[in-house]
Amino acid sequence: MSTYILKRLAISVVVLFALAAASFLLIHLVPGDPVRQMLGSGATPENIASVRSDLGLDRPMIDQFGTFMGNTFTGQFGDSITLRTPIGDLISERIGPSVLLILYGVFFALIIGVPLAVAAALRPQGFADNVIRIATTFTFAMPTFWLGLVLALIFGLQLGIFPVSGYETGVGGFFRTLTLPALTLGLSLVAMVVRTLRTQLLVVLGSEHIEAARARGLTERRVVGVHAIRNSIMTTITVISVQIGFLIGGTVVLEYVFQIPGMGTLLIDAVTNRDFPLVATITVLAGATVIVVSLITDLIQLALDPRVRLADS
Amino acid sequence: MTALALVMRRPFTARSSLHLNLTVKIGAVIVGLIVLAAFLAPIIAPYPPNEAKFLDQLQAPSFQHLMGTDSAGRDVFSRTLYGARVDILVMLFVTFVPLPIGVLAGAMAGYFGGWVDLVISRLADLMIAFPFLVLVMAIIAIVGPGLKGVMIGIPLAGWALYARMARAEMLVVKEQNYMVATKTLGYSRKRAIFRHAAPSILRTSLVYSTLDMIVNLLLIAGLSYLGLGMQPPGSELGTIIANGQVHLLDAWWISTLPGLVLVALGVGLGLIGDGLSDGDLLGKEAR
Repeated sequence: MSTYILKRLAISVVVLFALAAASFLLIHLVPGDPVRQMLGSGATPENIASVRSDLGLDRPMIDQFGTFMGNTFTGQFGDSITLRTPIGDLISERIGPSVLLILYGVFFALIIGVPLAVAAALRPQGFADNVIRIATTFTFAMPTFWLGLVLALIFGLQLGIFPVSGYETGVGGFFRTLTLPALTLGLSLVAMVVRTLRTQLLVVLGSEHIEAARARGLTERRVVGVHAIRNSIMTTITVISVQIGFLIGGTVVLEYVFQIPGMGTLLIDAVTNRDFPLVATITVLAGATVIVVSLITDLIQLALDPRVRLADS
Repeated sequence: MTALALVMRRPFTARSSLHLNLTVKIGAVIVGLIVLAAFLAPIIAPYPPNEAKFLDQLQAPSFQHLMGTDSAGRDVFSRTLYGARVDILVMLFVTFVPLPIGVLAGAMAGYFGGWVDLVISRLADLMIAFPFLVLVMAIIAIVGPGLKGVMIGIPLAGWALYARMARAEMLVVKEQNYMVATKTLGYSRKRAIFRHAAPSILRTSLVYSTLDMIVNLLLIAGLSYLGLGMQPPGSELGTIIANGQVHLLDAWWISTLPGLVLVALGVGLGLIGDGLSDGDLLGKEAR
């Protein structure tokens, strides 16, 4: 088991390294002069030369690579070109709303998705199952930004329950400003949660321990609510962790829709202004998040499911 | 972002003949109508897409303007038709360019095994795990905003899921008697892969491509909405929706109605994919 964990950790480190190396290449893949692109046509030659030496672009590639990797893994990301601020400061300022939005969105996906999956799995091919199948086909096809706008139109403008955009801190501000974007994010994930969990529940419901529970005369509610759900929790955690990349993408778009000052809007600005160091850093962080989340999921699975432990020892 | 589509994929059950069921037919009709309308845009569209009539600003939907007009007095319906055409073309490009590349890479990984498999599979895993949107945005940062970045970025990551599926299929197909026979008969490896293994491998990928198209469609529209895809004054569904956002209160139709076209197209493709993957609207995988 410990060899499994070590192997898993080693793979994660290698992938992280590859990711950072790939993002180092970003600025070097820009056609033409990246510094000129960043500064625009109004830049003087002195400006360009000074930014170039700030970024270390005048040094040998291998030298630059060493510095970049060293800085990335010690958390020194350098300065943003357009905002003229250390990237580390920008990120610590912006990461809070994004993390909260993702967690709140997952919460919505679960409280909407899990009951629907159970309802669908209780009577496969039944009426509820069909309705849920068609409904998830719809939510899957909805662009998150459009759904966000429609929800803002209904709950924000028509009913006036939530503000249409902006971000406030504190518990009240959290519920006021993040509920609509999180609901949108959650709804966009519901289809995946429902479909995967439904399939898994059907597998579990057909297994022997459920038959045994029924044979012991337990109520159907207890059989499904306790015995079947417990064996499907891992699937649900896995769905969420596999979709973390999707959730990050959804957050980027929804932060823009609802004008939330998070990592997503920071990335959009960075891409629009072609602030290459900032884009590279956010890209590495996004990838690292996925790697860490999938590592944690694997370890949770290892702790919870004896079958995984046995298979690897 | 494509990893989510993998989850949406219904388990594939082999069928001897391609029997088109009701779901596929409904989906095909929806998609067919939208595609037809989009490509006949120059004939159907009542107004030129970029014709601004300042006297007709922010008109509500009527028989003259089926989807109303925007802040410049442009006919939203005409812009939607032209916009859908852009979305559909880019969607087809970013889906069907990486598909054969991914299938070939996956087939080779499955067939040869060893280090070929190791390199291709690891690379594919990395691509699939990565936040798709962020990756495409990083590529747009390199090439600059515009559809070019979208059309380079999506295929760069899009091949990976096809590779993973084709590899899994190849591992099964490789053991089939007819593939063993290609060795016995002394066929070249090229012939064995392309002529004998490919048809069955391709089918899974083609069925999956319907879902991939939805994901890509939403991605293209999403990036354009963020101002990173289609650049003004060109019309594209994402940009039309973005332009209408400031008028959500006084002219709700600008953002919502073109969005419905996107949803309809996605639902149509989803129905086709659902129907093709199990041949049954109700899903037989549980039985």
